[in-house]
Amino acid sequence: MSQSEPYLKISDLTKRFGDFTALSDITLEVFEGEFVCFLGPSGCGKTTLLRAIAGLDIQTYGTVEQAGRDVSSLPPAERDFGIVFQSYALFPNLTIEKNIAYGLENHKQPANKIRDRVAELLQLVGMPEQGKKYPAQLSGGQQQRVALARAIAISPGLLLLDEPLSALDAKVRVKLRHEIKELQRKLGITTIMVTHDQEEALTMADRIVVINNGLIEQVGTPEQIYREPATRFVADFIGSMNFLPAAKVSENRVRIGQLEFSCSDAAGSAEITSDQSVHAAIRPEDILVGNASTNYIDVTVDSIEFLGSFVRADLSSPQLDGLILLADFSANLVRSESLSAGSQIRISLPPESLLIYAE
Amino acid sequence: MKTPIKAKTSRDDRQMLVFMGVIACYLFVALALPLYAILSKSFKNDDGEFVGLANYLEYFNTPSLTYSIQNSLTISIITTLISVTIAFTLAYGLSRSCMRFKGLFKIIALVPILVPSLLPGIALIYLFGRQGMIRGLLFGHDIYGPIGIVISEVFFTLPHALIIIMTALSIADARLYEAAQSLNAGKIKTFFTVTLPGARYGLISAGFVVFTLTITDFGAPKVIGGDFNVLATDIYKQVIGQQNFEMGAVVSLILLLPAGVAFTVDRIMQRKQVALLSARAVAYEPKPSTSFDWIMFCWATIVSIFILTILGTCQYAALIKFYPYDLTLSLNNYQFDLMDGGGWESFYNSLELACWTAVIGTVLVFLGAYMVEKGKGFHLGRNLFQFLAMLPMAVPGLVLGLAYIFFFNSPNNPLNFLYHTMAILVISTVTHFYTVAHLTAVTALKQMDPEFESVAASLKTPFYRTFTRITAPVCLPAILDISIYLFVNAMTTVSAVVFLYGPHTSLASVAVLNMDDAGDIAPAAAMGMMIFYTNASVRILHGLLSRGVLRKTQSWRSR
Repeated sequence: MSQSEPYLKISDLTKRFGDFTALSDITLEVFEGEFVCFLGPSGCGKTTLLRAIAGLDIQTYGTVEQAGRDVSSLPPAERDFGIVFQSYALFPNLTIEKNIAYGLENHKQPANKIRDRVAELLQLVGMPEQGKKYPAQLSGGQQQRVALARAIAISPGLLLLDEPLSALDAKVRVKLRHEIKELQRKLGITTIMVTHDQEEALTMADRIVVINNGLIEQVGTPEQIYREPATRFVADFIGSMNFLPAAKVSENRVRIGQLEFSCSDAAGSAEITSDQSVHAAIRPEDILVGNASTNYIDVTVDSIEFLGSFVRADLSSPQLDGLILLADFSANLVRSESLSAGSQIRISLPPESLLIYAE
Repeated sequence: MKTPIKAKTSRDDRQMLVFMGVIACYLFVALALPLYAILSKSFKNDDGEFVGLANYLEYFNTPSLTYSIQNSLTISIITTLISVTIAFTLAYGLSRSCMRFKGLFKIIALVPILVPSLLPGIALIYLFGRQGMIRGLLFGHDIYGPIGIVISEVFFTLPHALIIIMTALSIADARLYEAAQSLNAGKIKTFFTVTLPGARYGLISAGFVVFTLTITDFGAPKVIGGDFNVLATDIYKQVIGQQNFEMGAVVSLILLLPAGVAFTVDRIMQRKQVALLSARAVAYEPKPSTSFDWIMFCWATIVSIFILTILGTCQYAALIKFYPYDLTLSLNNYQFDLMDGGGWESFYNSLELACWTAVIGTVLVFLGAYMVEKGKGFHLGRNLFQFLAMLPMAVPGLVLGLAYIFFFNSPNNPLNFLYHTMAILVISTVTHFYTVAHLTAVTALKQMDPEFESVAASLKTPFYRTFTRITAPVCLPAILDISIYLFVNAMTTVSAVVFLYGPHTSLASVAVLNMDDAGDIAPAAAMGMMIFYTNASVRILHGLLSRGVLRKTQSWRSR
């Protein structure tokens, strides 16, 4: 996929609002048919980037190229995209059919063709019987499906989704997440979705762009983002992570408390010089019971918190100088090892899961 | 160095800019230029030569004129205190008690909006005048003068104050009252620590609105003021009586000052009140309390009787053959063609004016508000437009009318042909009442999802299609409100048009003034009642129509 020319090419894009820099020097490529998520905390600039791509808030500097065409300065109406907002923005005084047909009617198509297309779209989003209703008569999830149908009705080259699921309740959100992804795969439409929900991004995206403070922190597949977070921010923002003050001893060796461990060479650790203060990081679920690797340590279970299918344990050791490690153990493991507060166990920190970040 | 991206303006943006420009030009010609004309007039002598501050010096050296400043301020402050107190207590009863007939009381309290400010004065003459029915109640005081003016102004301003204070009280947060209760705060303490602070911006705003309405009103002091001069009547006397236009301009600018200050303070207060509104409040539900509900019921009854007495007296006066000598009923007083003042023609002219004002004004105001709210870029022009749209509120009607004389009657003005026509009456009335209508439109537009336009643009829909198919239908209730507001005010207004009507464009409200002036008080009352019947019918029609239209076009509102 990445061998071909990118469908959307953003170069050195900067957006300022007065003195405030919302985005600085964003460079990004999106390929045809890809589903890309912009992920970040609120106010990080992800929506600003989406609106710049749409031409709704044009950037201060930098270019946007879509399908080989420079659209940097064009107003939204001269670009090629469909958009779905968190607020649905359905026209309240038009029926569902009329809402979906709204864009089609500009293209001077015969009425029966429009009707067929609307019926097809309603079928596609799973609401074939609802065409005569008004938006206020539908649930939030249904309204968002209609908004989606309206956006793809004119077969745009690019689909932009601005936090489309944030206004929905949890169950509907999970269901719709799946449906949108299915639809996108079926139509093969290049899609960019803005979200602050990491689970949403991890389950839906082909690639995730993590944004913080107007800068891209990392671009990668969900697997890469989760397994090899490039920066401390990404490691912290996505999933849970233990951060332990540590010192780099040598290549792939790190000292935590009084102990030395092997660690992964990923995440740009090569740039960190020896003896530098760092943070060692490991996800709670990556901590194993037993001496499965050379990185083992004897710890005391201070407390156990029951979280359904797994438990989260606070672990400490005199050799860790008072540092607390969080570890997730499966409920089965807790039963078979009969773990409880006060248990003494040996755990191992797999070197490939032990990452280091500069302070 | 990187070159900044210059956004290409879309065809929509350009077209919207043109529309905004056209409406801005209208406001510029119908408002800014006339105001400039009156300003420059105040610095010139009779022959049009620049004389600096000479007119102002003359004004301040004429005690009979400067005395009016004090009179105007006194009247306005007293009226403000009384009107706001009545409005607040009544609004409190309407929103915080469980008394009966709330709806009826509210309708009665809003009736004064439908009549010209001349009408209460006429009623007072019949009640407390030299041969008044209950003049004994005044204990020898004269109704002609400050007492009469204040009573008339209270009648005239009450609904305006009531609407503002009702809004302020209606946004009360029930959770605050529950918190006060749980902290064992008494009723009185709760009133002073929760109710009053919550409504304070509304109260202050109502105060400034009443003050502005009173100080700029010309109808009441004209009819019932007697020898008691105020700024508004001075302008009229200088211009109509003495043909001293320069002095009229000077008094106008002096009147502009307090009105302008009050207006500015009011805008600031309104903005703060809006900030309170956005809080996620739980609506307050009053609980029945026998004694409190009865007190409020009695109070509302008293206020209603006051309003109905004024209106009833006018109706009575209109139907009596020759008060107080022949009390038989007749319709003689409605034979306006037998009196001076323009006859029935003036009534039909008023209807015509009201219709034109409602139609043209609504289109102009709503389009203008749409372009300024939804257009993109050109911030300087947009701010300038907002300023021009807000300005009419600060300009008293008489000042606007006089400014129109100076501007449109000038022989050098190519628009000179408009003078004395229906067109200039429509222009002045639309301009005079532009601000409130504009604010109504802007509020309605702001409540719409801002992403409608983004979606429409992504679907390549031109703005005028989204405007006609989405924006206008969704805002239809506000559009109807604007049109009825303009209609009713066009029927009742005297101040701006009194300088502008011609031999064939006299108006009903002006006829009331002129017949009263000529001593034909009963026909004046009859004509005033004609205005009331018209406005009341249109109001009812508007209510039925908007309910019907709403049911038809706004069915999407209900689930």
